[in-house]
Amino acid sequence: MTFIKDFINVLSAGSISFTLLTSIFALIVYFNLLGGRIKAVGGMAFIGLGVFMLLMGIFVPPLLYLGIAYLLILFALARLGGRLWDTKVGLRLFVIGGLAFGLSMLDPNFFLIAAKPDNVPIVAMIFLLGFFTWVALRKAYLNDTQIAVGGIPWEKTESDEKLFTWPDLVYTELLCMILLTIVMIVWSVVLRAPLEEAANPTSSPNPAKAPWYFLGLQEMLVYFDPWLAGVVLPTLIIVGLMAIPYIDTNPKGNGYYSFRERKWEIGVFLYGFLVLWSFLIITGTFLRGPNWNFFGPFEFWDPNKLVPLVNVDLSELMWVKVLGTSLPKLWIIREIFGLGLIGAYLGLPPVMAAGPFRRFYNKMGAARYYVGAYLFLIMMSLPIKMVLRWLFNLKYILHIQEIFFNV
Amino acid sequence: MANLRGLQEGIVNSQIWKSVFRVGIPNTNRKRVLAVLGSLILHLHPVKVRRSGVRMSYTWCMGGTSFFLFLVETVTGLLLMFYYRPTIEYAFTDIMDLREQAPFGIMREMHRWGAHAMVIAVWLHMFRVFMTGSYKPPREFNWNVGVILLVLTLLLSFTGYLLPWDQLAIWAITVGSSMARASPGAGNEGPMSGLVKLGDIRLIHAGDDARFALIGGRSIGAATLLRFYVLHCVVIPLAAGFLMAIHFWRVRKDGGISGPL
Repeated sequence: MTFIKDFINVLSAGSISFTLLTSIFALIVYFNLLGGRIKAVGGMAFIGLGVFMLLMGIFVPPLLYLGIAYLLILFALARLGGRLWDTKVGLRLFVIGGLAFGLSMLDPNFFLIAAKPDNVPIVAMIFLLGFFTWVALRKAYLNDTQIAVGGIPWEKTESDEKLFTWPDLVYTELLCMILLTIVMIVWSVVLRAPLEEAANPTSSPNPAKAPWYFLGLQEMLVYFDPWLAGVVLPTLIIVGLMAIPYIDTNPKGNGYYSFRERKWEIGVFLYGFLVLWSFLIITGTFLRGPNWNFFGPFEFWDPNKLVPLVNVDLSELMWVKVLGTSLPKLWIIREIFGLGLIGAYLGLPPVMAAGPFRRFYNKMGAARYYVGAYLFLIMMSLPIKMVLRWLFNLKYILHIQEIFFNV
Repeated sequence: MANLRGLQEGIVNSQIWKSVFRVGIPNTNRKRVLAVLGSLILHLHPVKVRRSGVRMSYTWCMGGTSFFLFLVETVTGLLLMFYYRPTIEYAFTDIMDLREQAPFGIMREMHRWGAHAMVIAVWLHMFRVFMTGSYKPPREFNWNVGVILLVLTLLLSFTGYLLPWDQLAIWAITVGSSMARASPGAGNEGPMSGLVKLGDIRLIHAGDDARFALIGGRSIGAATLLRFYVLHCVVIPLAAGFLMAIHFWRVRKDGGISGPL
């Protein structure tokens, strides 16, 4: 039991759980919704990556765990294939998840966090997200198999059939309302709303956390300065969401579930919604303890936990560690590596437009292409920064305190 | 059974009933149409809907759930307003009173859990709309209204978080609002704010920056409480209500509950 708990504690560290989720997303898009078989070349690459992680685990122990978990998931996905979308298999997964959660509740440290009144909705959210992701992908899989053999999506077979609002819709709504009312009353009777002692501006709690739905943003503060994590990136999330219908010109998949017809849109959205938004909220809620230190789900929130601060800037890493000289005085020379990297990153869209993405560029037009590409790059800068922090303890790629510009 | 049927007919044919519900029991297609058209509430719906739009497995009923939870929040919130005074002398003690003294006091619980549930329901609604591709033309604008409604939902919950005036409340809002301090050009610790100058005098400082505007002071205090109370009970619900009206209207104008076009 202790061994399993320790294993889960190690696995849930951001460096492992986040990297795993990200690779699983790559797998899902690659395997065409897990329906197809492992394709020869790419499949070997995925297996190779797992073996590489195992080997690297000799030098960096967490990678060993990552490699094991990754290969296990790869194996499970290959075995399950399209059967993942059978209701029986889905039900089994759901039961396993519920059992695992129930067993975990026996652990005092886990119980302390998961049973906190304000965290109960987030526990519910984890299961709801899992369930609805499965439902949506299952429906997409069923429709995709129909379309693949020349059929039409299930929703289209019914779209000409119209029902009277009274009684069909009105009664469904009434039933939903009654059900929700019951749920709300039972929930309110069983669980009291939290109320701590009266506000005291002189004693701050540790950890001090924002409301739960902003904990993803608070987690971003670890990787970016407040003006980026707290102001610019949230604004861009809203702008990006609003831009979706104008960037996505794919006319297919309008009004029915499908995956193959919209692989990239769904891949990017699910990554942003499930991994970058929801997963970071879950991390911020359950796994961030005193001093915003990381704690595994079965770990005691020790306020005296010591975490070495060994983060370095890219300029320091390059000039001092690699080249063995002192930092140049002039910032434009000191930050030359960071400037080069960021320049290359931001230069990707025009280069790709001329090369491999020419087809997209021509289809979308310049405005759509560039807005979409830069929104995507900014979104991806978060996971890139996170992984760089964990693997190389990299603090800033660009650290220009002279003009308050740190990235 | 026969008696019950007689009783039902008696009620439905009485002058009182007929004065309220003009149609009677909607048991013919003509009456079903009239029942929806003749009611202010029901005529939010079209007379007929796509079959897939009625299926829970397709819509997950999350848009309706969000709206219903908004109504729950409105009703429970109004009841809470009878007990609550938004000043630092009374706010916390009023909540204590509500907790200890009010009989059958589950209104605060229902308000809080309803708020959390509404945030989750709105996210799941967005998730469903994305997965069915229902933001695609002609529904682009309605997706945008939805995104603003999502932001308003979060702001509603955020402003409400402060009102109990306990430790949980003020520190969550302290953390949440400290970001505004870093707004580029508008927060006192943000980049480029130092460039906004009049001669040698910095115009952006802790006493007039974006955070100050948000919380009405240099730290969370009486002004913040009143400000958040007014935002929570009046400003944001009105804005959200207005946008919801547009949202529902546009659902109908853009081709009904989503389905393949």
